Amino acid sequence: MEGIYSIMEAILPQDAFRFDFMKNALLAVLLLTPMLGLLGTMAVNHQMAFFSDALGHSALTGIGLGIVLGLRNDLLAMLVFGVVWAVMICLIKQSGSASADTIISVFSSTSVAAGLLILARGGQFAKYSSLLIGDILAVSPQDLLYLLLALAVTLSLWIVLYNALLMTSVDPMLARSRGIATRAIECGFVVLVALAVMLSIRWVGVMLINALLILPAAAGRNLAKNSRQHAAWSVGIAMVSGIAGLILSYYLDTSAGATIVLAAALFYAASLAVRGIRK
Amino acid sequence: MLHHCDLCHIDLDRITVRRGGQVLLQDVSMHIHCGQLTVLIGQNGAGKTTLIRALLGQIPHTGIIRHVDSRGLDIPHLRTGYVPQVLQFDREMPLTVQDYLAAAVSRRPVWAGVSKQTKEKVSRMLRDVDAAGLENRLLGRCSGGELQRVLLALALEPAPDLLVLDEPVSGIDRNGLRMFLETLTDLRTTRHMAILLVSHDLRFVREYADHVVLLEKSVLTQGTPGEVFSSPEFSAVFGTGDEEEDD
Repeated sequence: MEGIYSIMEAILPQDAFRFDFMKNALLAVLLLTPMLGLLGTMAVNHQMAFFSDALGHSALTGIGLGIVLGLRNDLLAMLVFGVVWAVMICLIKQSGSASADTIISVFSSTSVAAGLLILARGGQFAKYSSLLIGDILAVSPQDLLYLLLALAVTLSLWIVLYNALLMTSVDPMLARSRGIATRAIECGFVVLVALAVMLSIRWVGVMLINALLILPAAAGRNLAKNSRQHAAWSVGIAMVSGIAGLILSYYLDTSAGATIVLAAALFYAASLAVRGIRK
Repeated sequence: MLHHCDLCHIDLDRITVRRGGQVLLQDVSMHIHCGQLTVLIGQNGAGKTTLIRALLGQIPHTGIIRHVDSRGLDIPHLRTGYVPQVLQFDREMPLTVQDYLAAAVSRRPVWAGVSKQTKEKVSRMLRDVDAAGLENRLLGRCSGGELQRVLLALALEPAPDLLVLDEPVSGIDRNGLRMFLETLTDLRTTRHMAILLVSHDLRFVREYADHVVLLEKSVLTQGTPGEVFSSPEFSAVFGTGDEEEDD
């Protein structure tokens, strides 16, 4: 870590990065944002913005269940619960029993209620309120390792799954006729999003995680003319918003997560304007 | 009803599809010959799309589908290419024709860019179906006819034994449709491919089909366009005016 810190001090003259917690936060942003930016492109194209929102909410239940079951490690509880939840939504959605919107909404509200019920027992919720807004300044070097691992896993799966997922999102029946296991691919993607969301949620917060997944990808979509540009814009906007938001939050003394999301929202507004001018 | 054939063919023997206690297809038997354009006609709800889905292995069915060579011996693998009626996709997606085709034919994820080699392959695929120059067009900005050609290019890679096409009911003008059928007619002879087309345009069926199958849950009649169009079954389904169209 010391080596990385000294490099950062050399290239980052800002006063803000004198502190190790700011260096850690910046590293976390550099790992988190490209991961969410990449996954976001497909969440947006697959019309799953609402789904990822529901996943974020389910983190509350995950932690709650972890406490009930007496698990020390609430990250593990969240990850396991997030994956189970994601697979369940995926299977129900594929069974075509009701419209996807309704199903997701049912899951989302149920998980929020269950999470709150457990976490707010005996007026204890204040202890967990940081989950709602996240605290990226509390990232430890060990957390950074998890995030690095998550980014590596996401990238490798994104290389293997992407083309099949793209074919599926355009036309599932045609994709199946070409031998693509569309259902497995869809669930694989949903699980990947679940893992990324659960790993990021402590730093970004339940209320903001979805914005970070969707906003850069939505802005990128307005600017891109092909798939490569979409990924590049989305990752670029996510990273720039992340860095700018973190630095601004230090000087303005605001919540880092909220400032990052607002920066991304500004990019989205700008992308809409560019799109309007092009038309 | 079926006689011995001299060409390789796909042999459908008593294909039946049931769903929820309802019989969607009953004992459909037919041959789809290599080097021929076989056209499936029938009214809406006659089971044309169901038959296609059974043929593609996407819904459970009873009965046998065999790929048979000219001596009547089984060819183990049947590779099908499929052109759907419509693509129901998000037309605002930043996805070019090149991205879409590259995603289907190359391993490299298209978000990482398309290699020169794949670009050349995609261009060749498009040229083969008279759709050169569409590479950088957004998929959502293609006209109905252009999209159909892109999908045909995709269905032909890798080269199928059987090409199945569900013709769009609307969105393509007659001129475009004629050009598309010319392309299919060429393919049938140059590549000796078996082609099954679901068509809604009876006038073109008469002109281009080698073999016509009239479907209404089961095969009402089949034969050359002349035979089918003058049959009592055809009159019963489409009325006596044989130029009438069912769209």
